[in-house]
Amino acid sequence: MTETDTDTLSAEALVEMNPMYLLRWEPSQDAHVLLYPEGVVKLNETAGEILTYCTGERSVAEIAAAIDAGYGDDVRERVLNFLEVAYAKGWIRTKS
Amino acid sequence: MPKDGSAPSLDGAGIPMWLVCELTYRCPLHCAWCNNPLDFDSYRNELDTDEWIRVLREARAMGSLQLGFSGGEPMLRDDLEELVAEAERLGFYTNLITSGMGLTSERLEKLKAAGLKQIQLSLQASERELTDTLVSAKAFDQKLAAAREIKRQGFPMVLNVPICRQNIDDTANILALAEDIGVDYLEFANIQYYNWALLNRSELLPSREQVEAAEAMVAEARQRLGKRMTIYFVIPDYFDDRPKACMNGWGAIHLTIAPDGTALPCQEARVIESLEFPSVRNTPLAEIRHDSPAFNEFRGDGWMRDPCRSCPEREQDFGGCRCQAYLLTGDATNADPVCAKSPHHDRISSVLEAGTGPAIPRPLIMRRRGAVSHRLHGRQSMKLPHDSLAGTVIAGLVLTAVLSVVAVVLAGN
Repeated sequence: MTETDTDTLSAEALVEMNPMYLLRWEPSQDAHVLLYPEGVVKLNETAGEILTYCTGERSVAEIAAAIDAGYGDDVRERVLNFLEVAYAKGWIRTKS
Repeated sequence: MPKDGSAPSLDGAGIPMWLVCELTYRCPLHCAWCNNPLDFDSYRNELDTDEWIRVLREARAMGSLQLGFSGGEPMLRDDLEELVAEAERLGFYTNLITSGMGLTSERLEKLKAAGLKQIQLSLQASERELTDTLVSAKAFDQKLAAAREIKRQGFPMVLNVPICRQNIDDTANILALAEDIGVDYLEFANIQYYNWALLNRSELLPSREQVEAAEAMVAEARQRLGKRMTIYFVIPDYFDDRPKACMNGWGAIHLTIAPDGTALPCQEARVIESLEFPSVRNTPLAEIRHDSPAFNEFRGDGWMRDPCRSCPEREQDFGGCRCQAYLLTGDATNADPVCAKSPHHDRISSVLEAGTGPAIPRPLIMRRRGAVSHRLHGRQSMKLPHDSLAGTVIAGLVLTAVLSVVAVVLAGN
Protein backbone atom coordinates (compact mmCIF):
# COMPACT_ATOMS: atom_id res chain seq x y z
CA MET A 1 0.00 0.00 0.00
CA THR A 2 1.34 3.38 -0.93
CA GLU A 3 -1.75 5.52 -0.59
CA THR A 4 -1.43 8.78 1.26
CA ASP A 5 -3.77 11.54 2.27
CA THR A 6 -2.97 13.39 -0.91
CA ASP A 7 -4.34 10.69 -3.16
CA THR A 8 -7.26 11.83 -5.23
CA LEU A 9 -10.21 9.84 -6.38
CA SER A 10 -10.68 9.23 -10.07
CA ALA A 11 -14.18 9.36 -11.50
CA GLU A 12 -13.90 5.75 -12.64
CA ALA A 13 -12.83 4.37 -9.31
CA LEU A 14 -15.16 1.86 -7.71
CA VAL A 15 -15.56 2.83 -4.07
CA GLU A 16 -16.57 0.79 -1.07
CA MET A 17 -16.70 1.29 2.68
CA ASN A 18 -13.44 0.74 4.51
CA PRO A 19 -14.16 -2.34 6.65
CA MET A 20 -12.74 -0.42 9.60
CA TYR A 21 -15.92 1.66 9.56
CA LEU A 22 -19.38 0.36 10.20
CA LEU A 23 -22.12 2.36 8.50
CA ARG A 24 -25.47 1.88 10.13
CA TRP A 25 -28.85 3.51 10.53
CA GLU A 26 -29.23 4.52 14.16
CA PRO A 27 -32.85 5.10 15.23
CA SER A 28 -31.95 7.00 18.41
CA GLN A 29 -30.09 9.58 16.30
CA ASP A 30 -32.54 9.44 13.43
CA ALA A 31 -29.47 9.34 11.23
CA HIS A 32 -26.83 7.17 9.68
CA VAL A 33 -23.78 6.80 11.88
CA LEU A 34 -20.24 5.61 11.27
CA LEU A 35 -18.91 3.47 14.08
CA TYR A 36 -15.24 2.66 14.39
CA PRO A 37 -12.65 2.02 17.10
CA GLU A 38 -13.01 4.89 19.56
CA GLY A 39 -15.35 6.95 17.45
CA VAL A 40 -18.83 7.77 16.32
CA VAL A 41 -19.65 10.06 13.44
CA LYS A 42 -23.21 11.14 12.97
CA LEU A 43 -23.90 11.77 9.33
CA ASN A 44 -26.46 14.14 8.00
CA GLU A 45 -29.09 12.84 5.63
CA THR A 46 -27.22 13.37 2.41
CA ALA A 47 -23.84 12.21 3.69
CA GLY A 48 -25.50 9.03 4.94
CA GLU A 49 -27.24 8.54 1.62
CA ILE A 50 -24.04 8.93 -0.37
CA LEU A 51 -22.19 6.40 1.75
CA THR A 52 -24.93 3.81 1.31
CA TYR A 53 -24.04 3.88 -2.39
CA CYS A 54 -20.43 2.95 -1.64
CA THR A 55 -20.79 -0.79 -2.01
CA GLY A 56 -17.99 -1.43 -4.46
CA GLU A 57 -20.39 -1.80 -7.38
CA ARG A 58 -20.56 1.84 -8.48
CA SER A 59 -17.91 4.25 -9.59
CA VAL A 60 -17.52 7.71 -8.17
CA ALA A 61 -19.09 9.19 -11.30
CA GLU A 62 -22.01 6.77 -11.15
CA ILE A 63 -22.71 7.58 -7.52
CA ALA A 64 -22.67 11.29 -8.26
CA ALA A 65 -25.03 10.80 -11.18
CA ALA A 66 -27.42 8.63 -9.18
CA ILE A 67 -27.66 11.12 -6.32
CA ASP A 68 -27.89 14.02 -8.72
CA ALA A 69 -30.85 12.40 -10.45
CA GLY A 70 -32.66 12.11 -7.13
CA TYR A 71 -32.33 15.79 -6.30
CA GLY A 72 -33.25 17.47 -9.56
CA ASP A 73 -30.62 20.09 -8.96
CA ASP A 74 -26.99 20.10 -9.84
CA VAL A 75 -25.39 18.54 -6.80
CA ARG A 76 -22.84 16.46 -8.65
CA GLU A 77 -19.90 18.64 -7.60
CA ARG A 78 -20.87 18.48 -3.98
CA VAL A 79 -21.23 14.73 -4.05
CA LEU A 80 -17.77 14.47 -5.55
CA ASN A 81 -16.42 16.79 -2.89
CA PHE A 82 -17.95 14.71 -0.15
CA LEU A 83 -16.58 11.48 -1.59
CA GLU A 84 -13.13 13.03 -1.64
CA VAL A 85 -13.52 14.04 1.98
CA ALA A 86 -14.73 10.55 2.88
CA TYR A 87 -11.78 9.07 1.01
CA ALA A 88 -9.27 11.37 2.68
CA LYS A 89 -10.73 10.44 6.05
CA GLY A 90 -10.40 6.78 5.21
CA TRP A 91 -14.12 6.04 5.45
CA ILE A 92 -14.18 4.69 1.92
CA ARG A 93 -11.54 3.03 -0.21
CA THR A 94 -11.15 2.18 -3.82
CA LYS A 95 -11.84 -1.34 -4.93
CA SER A 96 -9.12 -2.84 -7.05
CA MET B 1 -9.97 13.57 26.76
CA PRO B 2 -9.35 15.23 23.44
CA LYS B 3 -6.98 13.84 20.89
CA ASP B 4 -5.57 15.20 17.71
CA GLY B 5 -8.29 15.76 15.20
CA SER B 6 -11.10 15.60 17.67
CA ALA B 7 -13.15 18.45 18.97
CA PRO B 8 -14.88 18.29 22.31
CA SER B 9 -18.57 18.56 21.95
CA LEU B 10 -21.60 18.34 24.14
CA ASP B 11 -23.67 17.37 21.18
CA GLY B 12 -24.65 14.06 22.66
CA ALA B 13 -28.18 15.44 23.01
CA GLY B 14 -28.27 14.05 26.51
CA ILE B 15 -27.40 10.59 25.30
CA PRO B 16 -24.68 8.52 27.00
CA MET B 17 -23.03 7.58 23.72
CA TRP B 18 -20.23 5.72 25.46
CA LEU B 19 -20.78 2.91 27.87
CA VAL B 20 -17.84 1.25 29.58
CA CYS B 21 -18.50 -1.95 31.49
CA GLU B 22 -15.71 -2.70 33.91
CA LEU B 23 -16.53 -6.39 34.19
CA THR B 24 -14.04 -7.07 36.96
CA TYR B 25 -11.21 -5.44 38.89
CA ARG B 26 -9.32 -8.75 38.88
CA CYS B 27 -6.20 -8.71 36.71
CA PRO B 28 -3.10 -10.88 36.27
CA LEU B 29 -0.95 -7.76 35.81
CA HIS B 30 0.24 -5.34 38.49
CA CYS B 31 0.71 -2.05 36.63
CA ALA B 32 1.88 0.78 38.84
CA TRP B 33 -0.41 3.21 36.96
CA CYS B 34 -3.61 1.16 37.17
CA ASN B 35 -6.75 3.31 37.19
CA ASN B 36 -8.65 0.84 39.34
CA PRO B 37 -9.24 1.88 42.96
CA LEU B 38 -6.41 1.39 45.45
CA ASP B 39 -8.72 -0.96 47.37
CA PHE B 40 -9.73 -2.88 44.24
CA ASP B 41 -9.59 -6.13 46.16
CA SER B 42 -12.44 -5.13 48.43
CA TYR B 43 -14.93 -5.15 45.53
CA ARG B 44 -15.76 -8.80 45.19
CA ASN B 45 -19.46 -8.56 44.45
CA GLU B 46 -19.26 -8.42 40.67
CA LEU B 47 -22.46 -8.14 38.69
CA ASP B 48 -23.52 -11.50 37.31
CA THR B 49 -24.34 -12.24 33.69
CA ASP B 50 -28.03 -11.39 33.96
CA GLU B 51 -27.29 -8.12 35.72
CA TRP B 52 -24.80 -7.08 33.02
CA ILE B 53 -27.31 -7.97 30.33
CA ARG B 54 -29.87 -5.75 32.00
CA VAL B 55 -27.33 -2.90 32.07
CA LEU B 56 -26.68 -3.38 28.34
CA ARG B 57 -30.39 -3.32 27.51
CA GLU B 58 -31.09 -0.24 29.61
CA ALA B 59 -28.12 1.66 28.15
CA ARG B 60 -29.00 0.74 24.59
CA ALA B 61 -32.55 1.92 25.19
CA MET B 62 -31.04 5.28 26.15
CA GLY B 63 -29.16 5.43 22.86
CA SER B 64 -25.69 4.22 23.87
CA LEU B 65 -23.70 3.20 20.81
CA GLN B 66 -20.09 2.55 21.74
CA LEU B 67 -19.51 -0.16 24.29
CA GLY B 68 -16.20 -1.02 25.92
CA PHE B 69 -15.70 -4.20 27.91
CA SER B 70 -12.93 -3.33 30.28
CA GLY B 71 -11.59 -4.15 33.73
CA GLY B 72 -9.33 -5.27 35.38
CA GLU B 73 -8.92 -7.91 32.75
CA PRO B 74 -12.26 -8.67 31.09
CA MET B 75 -10.95 -11.98 29.73
CA LEU B 76 -11.20 -13.28 33.29
CA ARG B 77 -14.98 -13.29 32.89
CA ASP B 78 -16.17 -16.62 31.50
CA ASP B 79 -19.36 -14.97 30.27
CA LEU B 80 -17.58 -12.40 28.07
CA GLU B 81 -18.62 -14.13 24.85
CA GLU B 82 -22.24 -14.22 26.04
CA LEU B 83 -22.19 -10.52 26.90
CA VAL B 84 -20.62 -9.62 23.56
CA ALA B 85 -23.28 -11.62 21.73
CA GLU B 86 -26.06 -9.83 23.60
CA ALA B 87 -24.44 -6.44 22.99
CA GLU B 88 -24.20 -7.18 19.29
CA ARG B 89 -27.82 -8.26 19.18
CA LEU B 90 -28.76 -4.96 20.80
CA GLY B 91 -26.81 -2.95 18.21
CA PHE B 92 -23.75 -1.75 20.12
CA TYR B 93 -20.35 -1.31 18.50
CA THR B 94 -18.43 -3.63 20.80
CA ASN B 95 -14.86 -2.95 21.88
CA LEU B 96 -12.73 -5.23 24.03
CA ILE B 97 -10.13 -3.44 26.14
CA THR B 98 -7.64 -6.04 27.24
CA SER B 99 -4.09 -6.73 28.40
CA GLY B 100 -4.03 -9.73 26.05
CA MET B 101 -3.59 -12.13 28.95
CA GLY B 102 -5.87 -15.10 28.37
CA LEU B 103 -6.71 -13.95 24.86
CA THR B 104 -6.21 -17.32 23.20
CA SER B 105 -6.95 -17.99 19.56
CA GLU B 106 -9.89 -20.16 20.64
CA ARG B 107 -11.48 -17.39 22.66
CA LEU B 108 -10.78 -14.89 19.90
CA GLU B 109 -12.64 -17.14 17.50
CA LYS B 110 -15.58 -17.32 19.86
CA LEU B 111 -15.57 -13.55 20.35
CA LYS B 112 -15.48 -13.08 16.60
CA ALA B 113 -18.44 -15.41 16.22
CA ALA B 114 -20.24 -13.47 18.93
CA GLY B 115 -19.79 -10.33 16.83
CA LEU B 116 -16.99 -8.45 18.61
CA LYS B 117 -16.01 -5.46 16.48
CA GLN B 118 -12.59 -4.35 17.66
CA ILE B 119 -9.88 -5.01 20.21
CA GLN B 120 -7.76 -2.56 22.13
CA LEU B 121 -4.66 -4.30 23.39
CA SER B 122 -2.22 -2.75 25.84
CA LEU B 123 1.53 -3.03 25.38
CA GLN B 124 4.07 -1.37 27.62
CA ALA B 125 7.29 -1.65 25.62
CA SER B 126 8.79 -3.12 22.47
CA GLU B 127 10.76 -5.75 24.30
CA ARG B 128 10.30 -8.46 26.87
CA GLU B 129 12.34 -7.33 29.83
CA LEU B 130 10.97 -3.82 30.14
CA THR B 131 7.39 -4.95 29.51
CA ASP B 132 7.51 -7.72 32.08
CA THR B 133 9.15 -5.43 34.62
CA LEU B 134 6.56 -2.69 34.15
CA VAL B 135 3.61 -5.06 34.62
CA SER B 136 5.39 -7.30 37.13
CA ALA B 137 4.44 -10.48 35.30
CA LYS B 138 5.56 -12.61 32.38
CA ALA B 139 3.38 -10.89 29.84
CA PHE B 140 5.32 -9.77 26.77
CA ASP B 141 5.28 -13.05 24.84
CA GLN B 142 1.56 -13.53 25.44
CA LYS B 143 0.78 -9.96 24.47
CA LEU B 144 2.74 -10.18 21.25
CA ALA B 145 1.15 -13.52 20.35
CA ALA B 146 -2.28 -12.05 21.08
CA ALA B 147 -1.54 -9.01 18.92
CA ARG B 148 -0.57 -11.12 15.94
CA GLU B 149 -3.55 -13.43 16.39
CA ILE B 150 -5.94 -10.46 16.60
CA LYS B 151 -4.72 -9.27 13.21
CA ARG B 152 -4.68 -12.81 11.78
CA GLN B 153 -8.35 -13.08 12.63
CA GLY B 154 -9.05 -9.75 10.97
CA PHE B 155 -10.11 -7.59 13.87
CA PRO B 156 -9.56 -3.84 13.72
CA MET B 157 -7.01 -3.21 16.44
CA VAL B 158 -5.88 -0.41 18.67
CA LEU B 159 -2.50 -0.87 20.30
CA ASN B 160 -2.54 1.17 23.49
CA VAL B 161 0.77 2.10 25.04
CA PRO B 162 0.60 3.73 28.46
CA ILE B 163 3.45 6.23 28.47
CA CYS B 164 5.62 6.93 31.47
CA ARG B 165 9.24 7.88 32.13
CA GLN B 166 10.29 4.23 31.99
CA ASN B 167 9.09 3.54 28.43
CA ILE B 168 8.79 6.89 26.66
CA ASP B 169 12.27 6.61 25.17
CA ASP B 170 11.13 3.36 23.52
CA THR B 171 8.74 5.27 21.26
CA ALA B 172 10.63 4.64 18.00
CA ASN B 173 10.86 0.91 18.66
CA ILE B 174 7.18 0.73 19.57
CA LEU B 175 6.30 2.50 16.34
CA ALA B 176 8.32 -0.05 14.40
CA LEU B 177 6.76 -2.98 16.23
CA ALA B 178 3.24 -1.65 15.71
CA GLU B 179 3.96 -1.27 12.01
CA ASP B 180 5.25 -4.82 11.87
CA ILE B 181 2.16 -6.18 13.63
CA GLY B 182 -0.04 -4.17 11.30
CA VAL B 183 -2.12 -2.41 13.94
CA ASP B 184 -4.70 0.03 12.64
CA TYR B 185 -4.54 2.51 15.49
CA LEU B 186 -1.56 3.13 17.73
CA GLU B 187 -2.28 5.12 20.81
CA PHE B 188 0.45 6.60 22.94
CA ALA B 189 -1.44 7.33 26.10
CA ASN B 190 0.45 9.52 28.49
CA ILE B 191 -0.50 8.28 31.90
CA GLN B 192 -3.10 10.32 33.71
CA TYR B 193 -2.39 10.66 37.38
CA TYR B 194 -5.17 9.14 39.47
CA ASN B 195 -5.28 6.20 41.86
CA TRP B 196 -2.17 3.99 41.46
CA ALA B 197 -0.48 6.37 39.03
CA LEU B 198 -0.89 9.25 41.46
CA LEU B 199 0.76 7.16 44.17
CA ASN B 200 3.69 6.58 41.81
CA ARG B 201 3.69 9.96 40.11
CA SER B 202 7.17 11.05 41.10
CA GLU B 203 8.58 7.90 39.53
CA LEU B 204 6.37 7.78 36.44
CA LEU B 205 6.21 11.36 35.24
CA PRO B 206 8.46 11.86 32.21
CA SER B 207 10.41 15.04 31.61
CA ARG B 208 9.17 17.71 29.23
CA GLU B 209 12.14 16.95 26.97
CA GLN B 210 11.13 13.28 26.81
CA VAL B 211 7.54 14.18 25.93
CA GLU B 212 8.63 16.59 23.22
CA ALA B 213 11.04 14.05 21.71
CA ALA B 214 8.31 11.39 21.65
CA GLU B 215 5.83 13.77 20.06
CA ALA B 216 8.33 14.64 17.35
CA MET B 217 8.84 10.95 16.56
CA VAL B 218 5.08 10.46 16.36
CA ALA B 219 4.75 13.42 14.00
CA GLU B 220 7.43 12.00 11.74
CA ALA B 221 5.78 8.56 11.73
CA ARG B 222 2.39 10.07 10.87
CA GLN B 223 3.90 11.69 7.80
CA ARG B 224 5.58 8.51 6.75
CA LEU B 225 2.68 6.13 7.36
CA GLY B 226 -0.21 8.24 6.11
CA LYS B 227 -3.45 6.30 6.23
CA ARG B 228 -1.84 2.96 6.97
CA MET B 229 -1.79 3.53 10.72
CA THR B 230 -3.56 6.20 12.71
CA ILE B 231 -1.41 7.38 15.60
CA TYR B 232 -2.88 9.11 18.58
CA PHE B 233 -0.82 10.88 21.16
CA VAL B 234 -3.01 11.36 24.20
CA ILE B 235 -2.13 14.70 25.64
CA PRO B 236 -0.08 14.71 28.81
CA ASP B 237 -2.12 17.30 30.62
CA TYR B 238 0.51 18.13 33.22
CA PHE B 239 2.59 19.72 30.45
CA ASP B 240 -0.24 21.87 29.19
CA ASP B 241 -1.51 25.18 30.50
CA ARG B 242 -5.16 24.38 29.86
CA PRO B 243 -7.00 21.35 31.25
CA LYS B 244 -8.39 18.48 29.23
CA ALA B 245 -12.11 18.65 28.42
CA CYS B 246 -12.48 15.65 30.66
CA MET B 247 -15.16 13.18 29.54
CA ASN B 248 -16.61 16.00 27.42
CA GLY B 249 -18.23 17.23 30.58
CA TRP B 250 -19.49 15.54 33.71
CA GLY B 251 -22.37 13.14 33.11
CA ALA B 252 -22.55 14.16 29.46
CA ILE B 253 -21.86 11.44 26.93
CA HIS B 254 -19.99 8.91 29.01
CA LEU B 255 -21.12 6.27 31.47
CA THR B 256 -18.99 3.75 33.35
CA ILE B 257 -20.38 0.81 35.28
CA ALA B 258 -17.95 -0.51 37.87
CA PRO B 259 -17.71 -4.25 38.57
CA ASP B 260 -20.04 -3.96 41.57
CA GLY B 261 -22.70 -2.12 39.55
CA THR B 262 -21.86 1.38 40.71
CA ALA B 263 -22.69 3.86 37.95
CA LEU B 264 -20.03 6.54 37.41
CA PRO B 265 -19.63 9.53 35.07
CA CYS B 266 -16.06 8.27 34.57
CA GLN B 267 -14.07 5.40 36.00
CA GLU B 268 -12.18 7.63 38.41
CA ALA B 269 -15.17 9.42 39.89
CA ARG B 270 -15.26 7.31 43.01
CA VAL B 271 -12.22 9.22 44.28
CA ILE B 272 -14.61 12.09 45.11
CA GLU B 273 -15.73 10.69 48.40
CA SER B 274 -18.43 13.24 49.11
CA LEU B 275 -20.50 11.90 46.21
CA GLU B 276 -22.74 8.90 46.56
CA PHE B 277 -22.95 7.00 43.30
CA PRO B 278 -26.04 4.87 42.75
CA SER B 279 -25.93 1.21 41.79
CA VAL B 280 -27.60 -0.40 38.80
CA ARG B 281 -28.51 -3.17 41.21
CA ASN B 282 -31.31 -1.14 42.70
CA THR B 283 -31.90 1.85 40.42
CA PRO B 284 -32.79 1.96 36.72
CA LEU B 285 -29.93 3.34 34.63
CA ALA B 286 -32.02 6.12 33.09
CA GLU B 287 -33.03 7.34 36.53
CA ILE B 288 -29.43 7.28 37.70
CA ARG B 289 -28.30 9.36 34.77
CA HIS B 290 -31.10 11.87 34.72
CA ASP B 291 -31.97 12.30 38.35
CA SER B 292 -29.21 11.20 40.70
CA PRO B 293 -27.50 14.02 42.61
CA ALA B 294 -24.08 12.57 41.80
CA PHE B 295 -24.61 12.72 38.02
CA ASN B 296 -26.01 16.24 38.27
CA GLU B 297 -23.37 17.58 40.64
CA PHE B 298 -21.06 19.04 37.98
CA ARG B 299 -23.32 19.26 34.96
CA GLY B 300 -23.50 22.60 33.17
CA ASP B 301 -21.60 25.47 34.77
CA GLY B 302 -23.70 26.34 37.82
CA TRP B 303 -21.26 24.57 40.14
CA MET B 304 -18.27 26.56 38.93
CA ARG B 305 -16.39 29.10 40.96
CA ASP B 306 -13.83 31.55 39.70
CA PRO B 307 -11.68 31.48 37.67
CA CYS B 308 -13.94 29.03 35.75
CA ARG B 309 -17.23 30.83 36.36
CA SER B 310 -16.20 33.92 34.41
CA CYS B 311 -13.84 32.18 32.00
CA PRO B 312 -14.60 32.47 28.29
CA GLU B 313 -13.18 28.97 27.82
CA ARG B 314 -15.52 27.29 30.30
CA GLU B 315 -17.62 25.74 27.53
CA GLN B 316 -14.53 24.31 25.84
CA ASP B 317 -13.00 22.44 28.74
CA PHE B 318 -15.75 22.49 31.39
CA GLY B 319 -13.19 23.46 34.00
CA GLY B 320 -11.15 20.33 33.33
CA CYS B 321 -11.25 17.20 35.43
CA ARG B 322 -13.32 17.19 38.64
CA CYS B 323 -11.39 14.23 40.04
CA GLN B 324 -8.04 15.93 39.44
CA ALA B 325 -9.33 19.11 41.07
CA TYR B 326 -10.42 17.08 44.08
CA LEU B 327 -7.26 15.01 44.36
CA LEU B 328 -4.86 17.92 44.03
CA THR B 329 -6.75 20.78 45.70
CA GLY B 330 -9.13 18.98 48.03
CA ASP B 331 -12.23 20.55 46.47
CA ALA B 332 -13.87 19.18 43.33
CA THR B 333 -15.45 22.57 42.50
CA ASN B 334 -12.06 24.17 42.02
CA ALA B 335 -10.58 24.65 38.56
CA ASP B 336 -8.45 21.75 37.41
CA PRO B 337 -5.01 22.84 38.65
CA VAL B 338 -3.53 22.03 35.26
CA CYS B 339 -5.03 25.35 34.14
CA ALA B 340 -2.57 28.23 34.32
CA LYS B 341 -5.46 30.39 35.56
CA SER B 342 -6.00 28.15 38.57
CA PRO B 343 -4.81 29.58 41.91
CA HIS B 344 -3.61 26.03 42.60
CA HIS B 345 -1.55 25.73 39.42
CA ASP B 346 1.57 25.47 41.57
CA ARG B 347 0.39 21.98 42.53
CA ILE B 348 1.29 21.01 38.97
CA SER B 349 4.19 23.34 38.23
CA SER B 350 6.00 22.41 41.43
CA VAL B 351 5.83 18.75 40.42
CA LEU B 352 7.32 19.56 37.04
CA GLU B 353 9.99 21.79 38.54
CA ALA B 354 11.03 19.01 40.85
CA GLY B 355 12.52 17.48 37.74
CA THR B 356 12.71 13.92 36.65
CA GLY B 357 12.27 12.08 39.85
CA PRO B 358 13.22 12.52 43.45
CA ALA B 359 16.82 12.68 44.57
CA ILE B 360 16.48 9.23 46.06
CA PRO B 361 14.66 6.95 43.64
CA ARG B 362 12.16 4.65 45.20
CA PRO B 363 10.58 1.54 43.77
CA LEU B 364 7.23 1.69 42.05
CA ILE B 365 4.30 0.62 44.18
CA MET B 366 2.86 -2.13 42.03
CA ARG B 367 -0.87 -2.76 41.96
CA ARG B 368 -1.26 -5.57 44.44
CA ARG B 369 -3.76 -6.47 47.07
CA GLY B 370 -2.76 -4.79 50.30
CA ALA B 371 0.04 -2.77 48.68
CA VAL B 372 -1.53 0.35 50.12
CA SER B 373 -2.79 0.44 53.67
CA HIS B 374 -6.53 0.87 53.94
CA ARG B 375 -5.95 3.93 56.04
CA LEU B 376 -4.54 5.60 52.97
CA HIS B 377 -7.57 5.01 50.84
CA GLY B 378 -9.79 7.67 49.48
CA ARG B 379 -9.78 10.96 51.29
CA GLN B 380 -6.65 10.07 53.19
CA SER B 381 -4.72 9.59 50.00
CA MET B 382 -4.76 13.29 49.17
CA LYS B 383 -2.93 14.00 52.38
CA LEU B 384 0.10 12.12 51.19
CA PRO B 385 3.03 14.39 50.50
CA HIS B 386 2.88 15.58 46.96
CA ASP B 387 5.92 13.80 45.76
CA SER B 388 4.51 10.48 46.80
CA LEU B 389 1.03 10.88 45.55
CA ALA B 390 -0.59 8.00 42.10
CA GLY B 391 -3.58 6.76 37.84
CA THR B 392 -4.62 5.92 34.79
CA VAL B 393 -4.47 5.25 31.49
CA ILE B 394 -7.50 4.48 30.03
CA ALA B 395 -6.86 6.17 27.15
CA GLY B 396 -8.68 4.86 24.48
CA LEU B 397 -12.29 4.56 24.74
CA VAL B 398 -12.48 5.81 28.14
CA LEU B 399 -11.06 9.27 28.06
CA THR B 400 -11.50 9.91 24.42
CA ALA B 401 -15.19 10.04 23.86
CA VAL B 402 -15.79 12.18 20.87
CA LEU B 403 -18.96 12.74 19.00
CA SER B 404 -18.34 14.51 15.78
CA VAL B 405 -21.00 15.53 13.37
CA VAL B 406 -20.30 15.71 9.71
CA ALA B 407 -22.40 18.19 7.92
CA VAL B 408 -22.68 17.99 4.21
CA VAL B 409 -25.54 20.02 2.95
CA LEU B 410 -26.68 19.41 -0.53
CA ALA B 411 -28.93 21.64 -2.53
CA GLY B 412 -32.48 20.48 -2.49
CA ASN B 413 -32.06 18.79 0.84
